[in-house]
Amino acid sequence: MAIIKRKFDAVIVGAGGAGMRAALQLSEAGFKVAVITKVFPTRSHTVAAQGGIAASLGNVTEDNWHWHMYDTVKGSDYLGDQDAIEFMCRQASEVVYELEHFGMPFDRLENGKIYQRPFGGQSQNFGGAQATRSCATADRTGHALLHTLYQRNVQANTQFFIEWMGLDLIHNEQGEVLGLMAMEIETGEVMLLHAKVTLLATGGGGRVFQASTNAFINTGDGLGMAARAGIPLEDMEFWQFHPTGVYGAGVLISEAVRGEGGYLLNKDGERFMERYAPNARDLASRDVISRALTTEIREGRGCGNNADHLLLKLDHLGENIIRTRLPGIREIAIRFAQVDPINQPIPVVPTAHYMMGGIPTNLHGQVVAPYKTGPEEVIQGLYAVGECACVSVHGANRLGTNSLLDIVVFGRAAGDQIAKDLRKNLHHKPLPITVADKTLARLARLDGQKNGESVAQVGDLLRQTMQTHCGVFRFADMLKQGVVKINEIAERVAHTEIHDKSRVFNTARVEALELDNLIEVALASMVSAEGRKESRGAHARDDFPIRDDDKWLKHTLYFSENQRLDYKPVRLKPLTVGSFLPQERVY
Amino acid sequence: MRFSIYRYDPGKDKKPYMQDYDIVLDVVDKMLLDALIRIKSVDDSLSLRRSCREGVCGSDGMNINGRNGLACITPIKDLKEPVVLRPLPGLPVIRDLIVDMTQFFKQYHSIKPYLINNEPPPETERLQSPEERAEIDGTYECILCACCSTACPSFWWNPDKFVGPAGLLQAYRFLADSRDQATNERLDNLEDPYRLFRCHSIMNCVDSCPKGLNPTKAIGKIKNMLIRRTI
Repeated sequence: MAIIKRKFDAVIVGAGGAGMRAALQLSEAGFKVAVITKVFPTRSHTVAAQGGIAASLGNVTEDNWHWHMYDTVKGSDYLGDQDAIEFMCRQASEVVYELEHFGMPFDRLENGKIYQRPFGGQSQNFGGAQATRSCATADRTGHALLHTLYQRNVQANTQFFIEWMGLDLIHNEQGEVLGLMAMEIETGEVMLLHAKVTLLATGGGGRVFQASTNAFINTGDGLGMAARAGIPLEDMEFWQFHPTGVYGAGVLISEAVRGEGGYLLNKDGERFMERYAPNARDLASRDVISRALTTEIREGRGCGNNADHLLLKLDHLGENIIRTRLPGIREIAIRFAQVDPINQPIPVVPTAHYMMGGIPTNLHGQVVAPYKTGPEEVIQGLYAVGECACVSVHGANRLGTNSLLDIVVFGRAAGDQIAKDLRKNLHHKPLPITVADKTLARLARLDGQKNGESVAQVGDLLRQTMQTHCGVFRFADMLKQGVVKINEIAERVAHTEIHDKSRVFNTARVEALELDNLIEVALASMVSAEGRKESRGAHARDDFPIRDDDKWLKHTLYFSENQRLDYKPVRLKPLTVGSFLPQERVY
Repeated sequence: MRFSIYRYDPGKDKKPYMQDYDIVLDVVDKMLLDALIRIKSVDDSLSLRRSCREGVCGSDGMNINGRNGLACITPIKDLKEPVVLRPLPGLPVIRDLIVDMTQFFKQYHSIKPYLINNEPPPETERLQSPEERAEIDGTYECILCACCSTACPSFWWNPDKFVGPAGLLQAYRFLADSRDQATNERLDNLEDPYRLFRCHSIMNCVDSCPKGLNPTKAIGKIKNMLIRRTI
């Protein structure tokens, strides 16, 4: 079958904050870039980020990047790579000012500077008093950021391929990535995009969990593509459960609520975080708070008839603060919890939120993997940024408002590095003849499948299994069974059937192809979690409750082939300053 | 619960038709989008766009019992049966509830939706007082769902010439931004019998905006700016 081919200098997969920040860098430098995206750019999941973007501007309290770096290393439970963390925190102020210059409508302080609010895990002077570091547009910072980046890309004439889905990376025998196979959703047409550089910016895979704050589109497409191409996935056992998802609905209630002064209560009306984190209380790290909520529920202090949730109180902030600083939260609470937070607390539960792991990269966004000479060899032609990547700045637990920072800093850095590559590497590498075969076979299987199971059914089972076996607390036997179950589900994923065979905007086909990616994410997560015999950050094991730096201060690498695990050292040496050595982590 | 849904697949249907579905909902199905996903789990050919399921991405705009809205924030309990669902009116249908939004985005792009300021930026942020910043409240929050423009009779008649409420709201967003320097250029771009002045203050846009924004008011402010410029 003849496949249509198109050539580009660079193809970016995904038009969220990371993909668009990189695209902007390349468009403004004059390269021919294609950004392919499953949804119109402003519908990417960055739009849902609420509380802010971290930068030590010091507009409210004294601050500097080194303190921010310390907080991020500590927040990561010492699993974050300190060179990448220094790189990110040092650039934070510059990239935030740049966003402001692009037109991002930040809220303002009386003196006209960017408004900042406190957030969890932010401290002054290396663990001292609370810092005020999150630059915010009310509680819609992601929306403001994403629209601004789209607008700036419109100005720069970036070429978007909207409602296109990436299917598989293509590579040659040396493992160099040569572009990807993609499908135009509106027509069902499959195309080969031949590129000197391919950048994955496909976001997270939070849809592997049943209760998730994530959008439907967050199906780990880049991770699926990488795993199928033999590229390892790093630290996939680390999933952040946000402490405050709306009970029953899963929709996110920003940490900004607690940043502005809200707090959590159990059924006795007790401000229970005082027991778990005496200093930071409701602004401790998210992993700490999610464990506290889960413990309260397990020990019978949950609220409601089933004692299965807790309450987030903010009415004491007053109507004015709620209306001006947290209008989106109020809207969500009224719609999804049927309470007006001006008068009533919001029922909340820990909800799957963010994937700390991902495709391993260095701080230029280049994908790195063990090959011949070391654990971090650059894979030629392939980059990854944002939630799909693991650089790793978040380690075992991400701090709130560091994700928007991550996507902008590393989106820009990847854009710069790609521009350098393109300036010296002028030719497209030749394509092997069989380059499209695997993708076409996968599509043909799906079109021809008879008597298969429905995608919705198998998908639900996958999500339930992850929820039950790989949640806030993890148990040895549950993880072992989880690995078996997820493998059984993987077998069923390979035989799903869709009844809709139309070529036109076939969303059933899209969902089936997404399930191929979700299962890779789920397998990687479950196998990696089963493998790590310690508790660190968001990975809390009942049988190994203590962090074990002697054995486990290392990154997991999961290879899809034979579900093999490998490990590589944490980069403890920052770029210019001294290392923050592992210490007991208390808030 | 009974639904009557617009169906059309140009690959196999000569013309569109309405299909009825009787669906038993689960207690967890609170919003219209939950019901649609329940229907899709039985009939995977039903096509719609959706993503964030919390009213911020703007994917699932559709015509719900005669009014435009987002399926993900429309409570099922408020809907009269049968629930009649059609694609957003006035735009070409690609399939089922999915419309071709090219014309809508073309109008959005036509207002130059980006900050124009040709001075070299300072080393830190440009200053803006809270009062100046408050001028763009109620504009920047737009999610580009097109519920407003596709509820506007003027946009139905002249989608190629009239910018429409969504685009004009964004035009005002940049006119009102104290950091933007292209006020005259932006006003020139709108001073035209069609682009701006086809708005007759019918206010369907205000009525249909799922985010509670008020494009008519913004359009009025642009008109005032034009008048003030001439005197």
